[in-house]
Amino acid sequence: MQSRKLLAFIPLLIFIGLGVFLWVGLSLDPRELPSRLAEERRPVPAFELPSLTELDKMLTPDDLKGEVALLNVWATWCPTCKEEHGFLNRLQREEGVTIYGINYKDEPAKAQEWLRRYYNPYQKVVLDIDGSLGLDMGVYGAPETYVLDKTGAVRYRHVGAVDAEVWKTLKQVMQQVEQEGAQ
Amino acid sequence: MRFWLLLALVWLPLTAQATIDAYEFSSEENEQRFHELTNVLRCPKCQNQNISDSDAPLAADLRREVYRMLEEGEANDGIIDFMVTRYGEFVLYRPKVNATTWLLWYGPFVLLAIGLIVVVLISRNRRRQQTAAPASGAEVNSAESSGRYQASAELSADESARLNKLLQQDSDQ
Repeated sequence: MQSRKLLAFIPLLIFIGLGVFLWVGLSLDPRELPSRLAEERRPVPAFELPSLTELDKMLTPDDLKGEVALLNVWATWCPTCKEEHGFLNRLQREEGVTIYGINYKDEPAKAQEWLRRYYNPYQKVVLDIDGSLGLDMGVYGAPETYVLDKTGAVRYRHVGAVDAEVWKTLKQVMQQVEQEGAQ
Repeated sequence: MRFWLLLALVWLPLTAQATIDAYEFSSEENEQRFHELTNVLRCPKCQNQNISDSDAPLAADLRREVYRMLEEGEANDGIIDFMVTRYGEFVLYRPKVNATTWLLWYGPFVLLAIGLIVVVLISRNRRRQQTAAPASGAEVNSAESSGRYQASAELSADESARLNKLLQQDSDQ
């Protein structure tokens, strides 16, 4: 008889379990995809592409090594990129963050004009006209911002604009990566 | 005027198709595989569409990659691996069976089995009750069918007094 009474509670337990499961699901963003690169700490995929600032110079993943840095994927056709550009400028000028850029599926002339007009926060900008580097990195929507460690491996990815709130997370990740490197 | 409108009506649906790229396939088999692959690969940008259906520039890029690899003689598994290493398992409309997708693949069957077990247990219980006490079961049935009369017979002295009072009240008016 005792066990029968306990059995009666099983539907309630199932209900609570399902409720918790679905409740957690509500707080997840289905548009956010995990980055294989960041999960497996893999290096930036191989590429050899021109620099936006010096078109006759070629850049490779080696150019992105040496410092814990941000790698920002941007384009002039992307309104959110314009939104975050001011913040990237501030990061570079006030916080001294090293920022590399990937100019993704864009027109070089427009991109150069953009950097002249809005100031250039990037130490180097890779010119990815046909989006092949973006494809290899799994870029699915500009802007995207990656954290790179000193060896040029990808450690974190953020999809969407970088603002003060996002920077808190990025800063934390960068500090953590920096400390790991110091050990 | 009417003719042109009609013609437009006939033509409009033809233009409203899924995206069409002008790819020249080296063999019919490749074309077949292209359609299969672009149907099972999901567009990372517009998440409820496969890459054959989506108009997003990213989907066009991915179709181009699928085409390129097909023509280079890559096997289906290789092409799917290429996509998964870039965009994760997310791009598969048929997720692979592994630790994280186990629940997705087998969960429904587990639930079905649980349901079956519950149904069997309940029906077995009922049968046992019926065979154990057939007489009492019959009694219950007769009580149910004559519920109305029984209820009136079960009135207590107090209640029947009250009922009589109420009935009288009614006839007084």
